Formats: sequence, structure tokens, C-alpha cells
Amino acid sequence: MLLLVEQSLNGVQFGLLLFLIAAGLTLVFGIMDLVNLAHGSFYMLGAFFAATFAALTGSFLLGALLGLLATLVVGMALDLIAIRKLYGRDHLDHVLGTFGLILFFNEAVRLIWGAGGMNLPLPHWLNASVTILPGIQYPAYRIAVIVVALLVALFLYLLVMRTRVGMLIRAGASNREMVGALGINIKLLYTFVFGLGAALAGLGGLMQAPILTAQIGMGENILILAFVVIIIGGIGSIRGAFIASMLVGLLDTVGRAFLPDFFKLILSSAAASTAGPAVSSMLIYLLMATVLVVRPEGLFPAASK
Amino acid sequence: MKRMLTARNVFVAGLLILLVLVPLYAIVTDNLFPLTLYTRIVILALAATSLNLILGYGGMVSFGHAAYIGIGGYAVGILAHEGIYSGFLQWPLALFVSAVTALAIGSLSLRTRGVYFIMITLAFAQMLYYVAVSLDRYGADDGMTIYQRSEFDGIINLSNKISFYYLCFGLLLATIYLTWRIVNSRFGMVIQGSRSNDRRMRAIGFPTYRYRLVVFMIAGTICGLSGALLANQTDFISPAVMYWTRSGDLIVMVVLGGMGTPFGPVIGAVALLLLEEWLSGVTEYWQIILGPMLLLVVLFARGGIEGLLAGASRG
Repeated sequence: MLLLVEQSLNGVQFGLLLFLIAAGLTLVFGIMDLVNLAHGSFYMLGAFFAATFAALTGSFLLGALLGLLATLVVGMALDLIAIRKLYGRDHLDHVLGTFGLILFFNEAVRLIWGAGGMNLPLPHWLNASVTILPGIQYPAYRIAVIVVALLVALFLYLLVMRTRVGMLIRAGASNREMVGALGINIKLLYTFVFGLGAALAGLGGLMQAPILTAQIGMGENILILAFVVIIIGGIGSIRGAFIASMLVGLLDTVGRAFLPDFFKLILSSAAASTAGPAVSSMLIYLLMATVLVVRPEGLFPAASK
Repeated sequence: MKRMLTARNVFVAGLLILLVLVPLYAIVTDNLFPLTLYTRIVILALAATSLNLILGYGGMVSFGHAAYIGIGGYAVGILAHEGIYSGFLQWPLALFVSAVTALAIGSLSLRTRGVYFIMITLAFAQMLYYVAVSLDRYGADDGMTIYQRSEFDGIINLSNKISFYYLCFGLLLATIYLTWRIVNSRFGMVIQGSRSNDRRMRAIGFPTYRYRLVVFMIAGTICGLSGALLANQTDFISPAVMYWTRSGDLIVMVVLGGMGTPFGPVIGAVALLLLEEWLSGVTEYWQIILGPMLLLVVLFARGGIEGLLAGASRG
């Protein structure tokens, strides 16, 4: 019971983290029709920037804030320099161009920060455990991550559904040319959205950095999970991304925690120790395959396309 | 009548002659390194050629093609680990498992289009990567050494570097010929038609899903063969060969060389791997140069090297 609660919370936290990555990815795809493989690079950059600024300023919060800003700036700059030229090209061009960018960012990080990775130490007030239910302790930092991610999700919802910028984003998603024809500076909007997506990924990365360390290539594994999330949720749909990331986060975490024990009940221990990790790492892909069979467009297909 | 002596044809012929002469160069200079490098190039060119069949001619951007290299390699490696060295068992198994996997992945992912297809093939390939990582008995993360190459008694000795090179090269030429025959057949016309306008093809009565699935399987099977070759060349197999960046490398080879052309992938494989070799000699941080170069190729040289050459022969 205790383990189940703890693992479920871990699953929720992982799911919310995935949501931060997937939301940016799906926004950028929904509006600019751009497949951005380099999205995971922002996740990595966020972690490295935050670790650097935290070490410089001596403050975790200030470091996180500066790291977030720096990722936003890099995202917008990248849009101005390179990504802008990829809009309107076909998806294969996006894949190749942004694949090149991944190589660039990974190597740039290795050049600047070295191959070893970086730690982002937690301040004392976050490095504690709180009692969430009688008898169940849970790390304060993980609760903080859950709260921040939920606030960001709420912020995104309000931004997209309740503001003028959000209206333009939704309009841009359904008909780009028309929005441009109505006198909206569509290029500026694109740069803003791309920067926003980058900042979301950066936030995910810097929040993960204290749990794991900041490492080269950390963005790539999470990127593929984010792909799985938006395939399940329906590309371009933020609501779909939210629900799918919770599903994937919970299934992955809980599956890894309990499936090996479950296999031990029904299989010999040798077979179970082989099958357990293999099957639990396949779970989310099986979920994806199932969703594809039932609804090829994902659970919440964006209405316009 | 088509002119034979275009810049492009001369270039391709020159490249092929060069590839034939590599072992000779290695013998004369008594330096086996180029032979090792070029064997790898030829094997990856074979994989890229199989990807070209679906990517270039079929318009299916599979971002998980390296998975079949891994499957072919693991088929050889696992059998060797269990003490079965006969290539007559290893290689057919490599092909068979690749074909079945491609059938399974293809039947799901071909239900979708465009960006979904890219992401789904990527996700499935990554799933197989994690399966390989979890194979504790077969080296897990670290992979395993293959102590004995596949045995083809009385036919060919794969431990002889020169005959192994020519085997790979021969298989590459055979695959290019096969590709050429496929794309110019009625079957291949349906595939190409489906690339240009799938809805129209279906409207005039072709069940394109089935056609695309078959060609997806063929491509996966051939790529599995390249995996069996690669495992034999390196005497080693690890999950790293099927990591998703390897699939990216294969796409780069196809596009860099010129997709939808018979020799494009070969040109691309030679160009990319030689470029890597050269850049990594120049600086330790060579990917910082290669990355932006890829972006520039995408932005300014859309037809790849083939396209540039074809442009030169027209002008």
C-alpha cells in the first residue's frame, strides 16, 4: 500500500514532467507544423543553465529562474537563425535539420561544460521529507515539482483559452494564411510560440536536474517518450498531451515497480527476472500500439486537420 | 536517347571502380585500416539502400530503420553465443526475424501518415532498443563479443577480410539491382504512385496499404541482412547499433546522397562516413561541425549529391 502510494505519486510527477516536454512539442507541431527533434536539447540546456546559474548566484531559485530565461532566449534565437527557414518545408527536412541541431547542441554542451555532467544541489528547505498521509513520507522536492507543473499546466490552459495571444495561437493552428492575411505578424507569433515551447522543455529539464544529474543526451530519451505521449494524445492537442502524459507516466512508473514482482508469481524466477524488465520497458509502447489500433489519430485528435 | 556520359554517371562509375579497388590498395600499402573502414561503409550503404526503397521511392519516412540492423546482428550474435555458428542457420534467421518484425511494425505504423508515421517508427525502434538493453544473458547494455564469425563451409571464409569485403560489395550491388527491378515493376509503380497521391491510387482500385506493407517488409529484411554483416565485421553486437541516432544516420545517408535514385544511398554512405572520419581527425568536437552542415544540406542542397551532379550534367 505504502509503496503503491509512493509509486503512484512518482508516476504523477514523471507524467507531469513529460507533459512539460510534450506540451511544447505539440504546440510547435500544431501551430507551425514543425517536427522538432531538437526539442529535447532545450530540456538538456535548461538543466545545464540552471546548474550553472545556481552555482554562480548561490541560490537555487535564482538559478532556476535565470536558467529558464536563458533557455527561452536560446529557443527564440534558434527560431530566428535556423528554424524559421524550415517552416513550410516537408517533415523529412524538419527531421534532418533538427537532427543536425541535436548533434550541434550535444557537442556544444560537451565543449562548454565537459563530458561529466553537472549537479544541481537542492536547498535545505526542499531537501526534506514531508508526511503526506499518516505513516507515508514523501520528498518535499517531488511535491514541489508536482505543484509547479500543475501551475504551469493551468497557466498554459489560461494562456491558450483565455488570452488574445492564445486566440491567435488557436487561430494559427487552424488556418495560418488567414491569420497572416488579417494583419497578424505571424513570424513574431511563431518565434514566441517556439520560445515558449523551449522554455517549457527547459523547465522540465531543470526540475529533473536535482533528481538525476544534468547529462549530455538526457533530452533524447525523454523526447521519444514525449513523442509517444503526443501520439497517444493526438498531435496538436494540449488536453490530449496532458491526459496521455499522465497515463504514460503512471503506467511506466507503476509498471516498472510492480511488473517484475507480478511475473515472479506466475513464472519461474529466472524467466521472471528476464521478462520483468523487458516487458515493463515495453509497456508504454504497447499502450501506444493499442491506441493506434483503436484510434489512429490519437485519443484527442486536433479538430482542424 | 539518354546520354550515357553525364557527369553523374561518370561519378557513379568512378565511385564503384574505387570501391572495387579498395582491397587492392590495402594489399599494396599493407595497411588494413582502409579495408575495415570501407567494409563498414559498404555494409551501411546496403542498409541505406534498403531504407531508400521505402523512403526515397515509397515516401515513407521510417525513423526506426536501424532496429533491423540490431535484429540481424542479434540473430547472429545470439546463435553464436549458444554455440550455433552455421551461417546457413544464422543468416536466414536474421532475415526471417527482421521480416516478421517489419511486418508487425509496418502493419501498425502504416495505418498512419506523415508525422505520426515518423514518430511511431521511431518509438517502436526505441522499444526494441530497450528490449536489447534488457537482454542480461546477452550482454545487456554492453553488448557481447562474437567469438566466431558465421561459417559457410566450403563456400566462403568470412574471416578473410578481402573475401568478406567482396561479399558485402556483391550483396550491395545485388540489392541495388533488386531495388531497381522492384521500383520499375508494376508493384514498384504502385508504390511510387502511392507516394505521389495515395488517395488517387486507392480510388482507382489499388489496395495501397498492402503494397506499402510488402515493400516495408522487403526493406526491413534487407536491412536485417546488413545487420548480420555488421555483426560479422565487428565481431561484436550491442544495443548501440540500434539506437535511434543510427536510424537518423541512415536517413542522412539517403538524403545526402540523393533519395529515390539507385546509387544515391551509396554516395551518401561514402560521403557521410568519410566526412565523419575526416572531421574526427580534425577536432574531437567534430559533431559541432557536422550538425550545422546537415542543416545547410537541408536548406540549400535538397536533392543531395546526386541532385547536384544531375544539375551539373544538365547545365
